[in-house]
Amino acid sequence: MALDAPYIARIALPGQFVQIKCSDSLEPFLRRPFSIHRVNGNIEILYETVGRGTEILSNKREGDEVDILGPLGNGFTLPRTPAFERRTANPGRRATKAEPRAIIIAGGIGVAPLVYLAEELAKKYIKTIVLIGAKTKDLILCEKDFKKAAPEVYVSTDDGTYGSQGFVSKLFHKILKTAESRFNTVVYVCGPHGMLRCIAEICEERNFECQVSLEEKMACGIGACLGCVVKTKTGNKLACKDGPVFDSSKLLW
Amino acid sequence: MNVRIGKIKLKNPVMAASGTFGYAQEFEKLVNLKGIGAIITKTITLNPRVGNPMPRICETAGGMLNAIGLQNEGVDNFIKEKIPYLSKIGTPIIVSISGNNIDEFFILARRLDKIKLISGLELNISCPNIRGEGWSVKGGGLVAQDSKATYEVVKAVRKITGKTIITKLSPNVTDIIEIAKASENAGSDAVSLVNTFLGMAIDIDTRRSKLGNITGGLSGPCIKPIALRMVYEVSKNIDVPVIGVGGIMNADDAIEFMLAGAVAVQVGTANFIEPGVCGKIAKGIENYLKKHKIDKIQDLGLT
Repeated sequence: MALDAPYIARIALPGQFVQIKCSDSLEPFLRRPFSIHRVNGNIEILYETVGRGTEILSNKREGDEVDILGPLGNGFTLPRTPAFERRTANPGRRATKAEPRAIIIAGGIGVAPLVYLAEELAKKYIKTIVLIGAKTKDLILCEKDFKKAAPEVYVSTDDGTYGSQGFVSKLFHKILKTAESRFNTVVYVCGPHGMLRCIAEICEERNFECQVSLEEKMACGIGACLGCVVKTKTGNKLACKDGPVFDSSKLLW
Repeated sequence: MNVRIGKIKLKNPVMAASGTFGYAQEFEKLVNLKGIGAIITKTITLNPRVGNPMPRICETAGGMLNAIGLQNEGVDNFIKEKIPYLSKIGTPIIVSISGNNIDEFFILARRLDKIKLISGLELNISCPNIRGEGWSVKGGGLVAQDSKATYEVVKAVRKITGKTIITKLSPNVTDIIEIAKASENAGSDAVSLVNTFLGMAIDIDTRRSKLGNITGGLSGPCIKPIALRMVYEVSKNIDVPVIGVGGIMNADDAIEFMLAGAVAVQVGTANFIEPGVCGKIAKGIENYLKKHKIDKIQDLGLT
């Protein structure tokens, strides 16, 4: 869904989110958080209709108004590119040792914040590999959008109906075996909790930086209600204000 | 639009309720904090509290349940980290405090009494999410469920501070008037009512409570009629100001409370949905007074 919100579009960073009041009535009562999916002058959100709020949103028509609060939270941190690379801006050139590489891993609807990230990484000429996982072929989302932004996009489905068979973590292992390893790898991941944990463990073994985008139910979205607490090694943090993106090595899983 | 609660002069009767407005800084980019009558900060305790397990919130029909469990960093951190920002706002700051026993309330009040910026203390003796913790009220209940315990806590705080004391009452009682009278007799300058109603919600698929703490406090418009009735009854029976709170979403709701006898109101849960709602409500009340040609807000009452 595209939302005409030029102010948010101007300042939103990948991984940030918006809080949307889905209706003017008391039902549903609270706002709903949505990742910023893409930004092109306006903002786009991508959602699955799972409850009352998303159902109401899905019945909106072009031109309808919704109340949006955002952009909220802390987004992904993009790797620092060496200065020479920004100057030459040559994506086809062979990588040097200390160069950053991004691996984006999306599970199911977890693709939502990662397309905007892939597009921003492409703008910085950071070599990016994208892995998309879903239960079955029909649930693979945004493959085309990712392909526009990243040269290498791989897909896996749990039932093997498309791409390689198995969880996306299996695909991740496979990619790591074949992919070149002369990069400083940063992994960006969003998806179901079990998958995040599994990817975080692999990253820890390999000593990769891993940034996870967490999904929590929240009321205010601005750090006031303390409803979306995430346990970390340095105490309680808030998914809405300190996150939704966290360094996986700091989380207590 | 000026109202007075104890020694505090408010430029309008709309206060941001404790636990729904953080320590104000969370709202600085979204809200004109000067447009709010007073800000009541998230309850602090003597020692830090990690709060309850997740999930802590759950939406309900026309409201929400919360079981945060008074998560806060403790009074030392509050003084060091929060007071400097709060000092810059220029709106009266009331600090909500809670303790596991009378001594903790006393120590907290003594420490905060020394801080000039703080206009008043709100005694949170009614948080439903810390039942049975440390306190020796009969049956492990809340202080606000026992008139004797209420009297003792207010009395202890009254002894140590000349600052305005507001006692926040629980609706989870058989007779709220009795508790309101106890706090008045012990020297409370005002009472605020009501805190949340103890409630529950169950996920029928997992067959578990939707809250980590099993039960939680119900807030939002679904509680408003009961809160309103309680405000009406209490304000007829005590002399100190009553601050109405419970499900206020807009100016009409706030005016209802004031007609029922409240001198001021607190807006809570609505802040989560519309961060700027307090200022909007104040404006709405002002428009209402003009429209009905009421000169002084104090003249607002039932016909």
